[in-house]
Amino acid sequence: MKTPLISSWFGRAQLAAPPDIASATLRSDRFRLEREGEWRRLEAIINRMERGGLRRIADDDLLALPTLYRTAASSLAVARETSLDAATLAYLEALVQRAWFQVYGPRQGFARWMRDFLLGGWSRAVREIWLDICIALFVMISGTVVGWLLVAQNEEWYYRLVPGGLADNRVPGASREQLLATLGAEESAVGLSSFAAQLFSNNSAVSILAFALGFAFGIPSLMLLVHNTAMLGALLWLFASQGLLVDLAAWLSVHGTTELLGILLAGAAGLHIGRAMAFPGTRPVLDAAAEAGRRGAVVMVGVVIMMIIAAFLEAFPRQLVETTSSRFMIGGSMLIFWLSYFVLYRPRRIAESAG
Amino acid sequence: MTAAARAPITEKRARTLVTPEGIVLPITLASRGSRAGALILDVMIIMFGLLAFYLALVWIAGGLLDGTDLDPAAAPRGAQEFMQIVLALIGFFTWYGYFLVQELGPRGATLGKRITGIRVAARGGGRLTPEAVIARNLLRDIEVFYPLIALLVLAVMSETGEDSGPLGWVMTAWFALFLLFPFFNRDALRAGDIIAGTWVVERPRAKLADVLSTQGAAAARGASAVTGVRYAFGEAELAVYGERELQTLERMLRDAQPEALAAVHSTICRKIGWEPGAGDERAFLEAFYAQLRAKLEGDMRFGKRKADKFS
Repeated sequence: MKTPLISSWFGRAQLAAPPDIASATLRSDRFRLEREGEWRRLEAIINRMERGGLRRIADDDLLALPTLYRTAASSLAVARETSLDAATLAYLEALVQRAWFQVYGPRQGFARWMRDFLLGGWSRAVREIWLDICIALFVMISGTVVGWLLVAQNEEWYYRLVPGGLADNRVPGASREQLLATLGAEESAVGLSSFAAQLFSNNSAVSILAFALGFAFGIPSLMLLVHNTAMLGALLWLFASQGLLVDLAAWLSVHGTTELLGILLAGAAGLHIGRAMAFPGTRPVLDAAAEAGRRGAVVMVGVVIMMIIAAFLEAFPRQLVETTSSRFMIGGSMLIFWLSYFVLYRPRRIAESAG
Repeated sequence: MTAAARAPITEKRARTLVTPEGIVLPITLASRGSRAGALILDVMIIMFGLLAFYLALVWIAGGLLDGTDLDPAAAPRGAQEFMQIVLALIGFFTWYGYFLVQELGPRGATLGKRITGIRVAARGGGRLTPEAVIARNLLRDIEVFYPLIALLVLAVMSETGEDSGPLGWVMTAWFALFLLFPFFNRDALRAGDIIAGTWVVERPRAKLADVLSTQGAAAARGASAVTGVRYAFGEAELAVYGERELQTLERMLRDAQPEALAAVHSTICRKIGWEPGAGDERAFLEAFYAQLRAKLEGDMRFGKRKADKFS
């Protein structure tokens, strides 16, 4: 008779010296005892990999990993046909699965992925969703036009479209001087950096929402785009009514070229998912959604980066640079930079090496 | 006992995965409860981590107010502003970085998932890519946190007497829709899993157990340590049981109590027509196990399998 607790202590002690192979009655147990050492070595390597990444592993072990994995996998295949030892089978299944996760696991860490992303992955993903970008652009332009027309017909619409917080002095009926004052520059940079941080949190939250809502077949994404650009249209109308359209455009263009492009991309990424789910083509819906989702996620990481840049542009140059021409210059060069990065920057894809 | 009671539920969550080598591996999907538990743990870890960090920051930067009669307005603006930015950005990057970095690590799991023993894997046995992990974590915000925060804001607003109209119900419906999403598909996928092509599985943990056929009466020339008898069973006596019973017996031998073994012993004796004795149950069962397994494995090599006692 043996007590389970004590036996498990002794079981650990026996690890070093497995029982004599010849003493095993069963052929399947001899099979196991012959290969046990390799399984345990594989298990030790995987334990170390799971704990601390690749750096702690000796080169020998790392080189042996694929071989040991295949040995364990073939042991499992053989054991399934020859052995009825449930404990060994369960152990092998768990071992092969854990080894599989490591051998075919994420090949690159976050830092490495980020580098590939900046050097080509991002612009490639953006080009891949060109159709959705065109649709989203169309929706955004029509949203602006609708906002303008609505307010032009009835000024009441202005208060519905533009939230109260933004529209301090910028209301219909404000004088030219009041409006011009809202476009002015700040005296100093004090207070602007925390403004930038808030803008960033707010803008990236909106764009993540635009992306994530694509899940409902993309319709909420489009509605969010329409809502945001209708506000823009209302604002444009207000300033145009006082002949300040060019000044407003310059003021907006400093950060707007980056920010609106970011919102455009986020909406397009959401739409891409929605479209893939609504029209999966010959693929199963789940596969189509997953493929579109991964592509959209790449675009979204880029959008967050664009939002950081836009927030800084919005807080510093927009509030500090006064003249219309230099504002246009900053905004225009940002636009040219983004467009050339997305359209013209096409580095050769880094060859995928087999795992 | 517990394993038998759990079997029907785990069978429902059992899936197979085919490795590139063509090996079919069984995997078990994580239960919805353990996933919810993992998320709650993660959120708590982030919250308490940020809180501790903020408190530490206040403790350090509290010196900003020294010599200003504790009036925040008199503190140096630049330093105060720097603090605000650090807080805003650290909040943002902790929230997303926590999930991204850990799920891309070798364990494929956040701290909460590790505690509940689950991990993220690519659906259908592919490679888990950074894109997939990013997608599934971005979606989590609209599934849970966006409606939750909106509901909180609405609750505060209604406290102050503002009427939010049907918006509260819309938000509740949204929250319920995504929260219940995993209950309406077979693989317990949440919306983020669908978009990312991932699922959450149980992390396998199995220790290599001892070899049974080298111990006690199961060994080649093994005899009972108590009576010195060698049990030998005939062809007809071994033919009553199949693989299922063999593996149940294996489990009993590995971890059952002596009383349970005595019950099994008398059942087997009755079945094969022996007179059940007492005091030497373990040796009897070990011998029976070894000989039954030898017979069944021998048949297996000739392509003859006997699933259980009824077949």
